[in-house]
Amino acid sequence: MINDMKPEDIIGDYKEVMLDLYGGIKRLCLYSEVETPYPDGKLIVSTTDTNGIITHVNQSFVEMSGYTEEELINAPHSILRHPDMPAAAFKDLWDTVLRGEKWQGFVKNLRKDGGYYWVKATVIPNIRKGQIVGYTSVRRKPSRSKVEECIKLYPTLM
Amino acid sequence: MTYRLTVSPDFTPDHLPGWYIFNTWLQKQLGEGIHLEMYNSFQAQHEAIAKDQIDLIYANPFDAAMLVREKGFLPLVKAHGLSDEAIIAVNAESPAKDVTDLAPGTRIAATEDPDVRLMGMIMLEPADLNSSNIDLHSCDTYVLVAKQLLRGEADAGIFLAEAFDDLSGMIKKQLKVLVHSQIGVIQHVLMVGPRLTDRRDELRHLLLAMPSDEKGQDVLKNLGFDLLINVEDEEMEFMIDLMDTLNT
Ligand SMILES: Cc1cc2nc3c(=O)[nH]c(=O)nc-3n(C[C@H](O)[C@H](O)[C@H](O)COP(=O)(O)O)c2cc1C
Repeated sequence: MINDMKPEDIIGDYKEVMLDLYGGIKRLCLYSEVETPYPDGKLIVSTTDTNGIITHVNQSFVEMSGYTEEELINAPHSILRHPDMPAAAFKDLWDTVLRGEKWQGFVKNLRKDGGYYWVKATVIPNIRKGQIVGYTSVRRKPSRSKVEECIKLYPTLM
Repeated sequence: MTYRLTVSPDFTPDHLPGWYIFNTWLQKQLGEGIHLEMYNSFQAQHEAIAKDQIDLIYANPFDAAMLVREKGFLPLVKAHGLSDEAIIAVNAESPAKDVTDLAPGTRIAATEDPDVRLMGMIMLEPADLNSSNIDLHSCDTYVLVAKQLLRGEADAGIFLAEAFDDLSGMIKKQLKVLVHSQIGVIQHVLMVGPRLTDRRDELRHLLLAMPSDEKGQDVLKNLGFDLLINVEDEEMEFMIDLMDTLNT
């Protein structure tokens, strides 16, 4: 399940936008300019089923996203979709993993409180007995210079 | 036939006798001859694995993918509460306060332990450092990594957290930790190879039952473990996938 974001959850000033997500889902996004720095030394890990529905998250995922584990499990991974991310990035992600390959990229993620955090993500298909049974994404702390490049590049891809 | 047991060459030297005691215990329990072969490099161990000479291995997580996917090994058990974590440290006098204070060309001292080195390199990435723009100094032991920092021969070192903690107080006082990984799921696993997989359940049962008698407890103590716990196939696959994402 994925719900509209609620004003009472948001910290600070925010903007509103209606996001069109995959499968005809519409989500009201409330987003602020508050950045949460990536925690040093940690990995943010999640696993989805073949449809991108979250099946597992680690503690760092819970802490950084601001959602509870219960809110995350069974939600589409687009629960973190930030309006500043170009759709082309996620198309590339899905095209790559559907081919059975690894995808790597820099992603700006949306927190439940409207803030954001940048990650360097690697997504791989979980192949068991020759079949893709799901996907795992492992995020690590990105370098500031790479993030600055994306801040310049992504608006040109929108 | 005699089977062969080996241990990831990054074992703590203090636990070397423990592995011999473990092997003696295991042979008695299983009623089979097992030879313990300690290789002094990952390369030598990899050659033995390639020649299908290994039947039981306490494996570095970095090698797990190859062992499972290419050599048909299956997981048995892991030590309870002992995940592999990495530390980046510098000389206490170093002006660096954060990894991002390290610049390209930095001299990094590290051992050959593949999982620790991988975790360490990931923690250097926020500074835009990678294998192509650092000057890597390979050391045989973590004490030698520390010595390079103390002598100013390297600017930063990659340590196994446990090995860093084991350094003498004298040495540790002269070092400063910049970052400590908190990954929690990367760990050495005892695995069984194709010639012994039909005895996997029996092996597992013996290993999990170790704390229930005095002899077993003693063997565990000599290895520095308090308890061995089961590793399911899916948990192993998850760790392999995770290592795979980090190795890119
Ligand atoms: C394993 C995995 C992890 C993902 N992680 C994220 C993520 O952290 N943030 C994000 O916005 N999308 C992530 N996605 C992509 C989403 O599934 C989705 O494609 C994206 O949010 C864009 O939404 P849309 O496809 O509904 O347009 C992930 C996908 C997979 C398979």
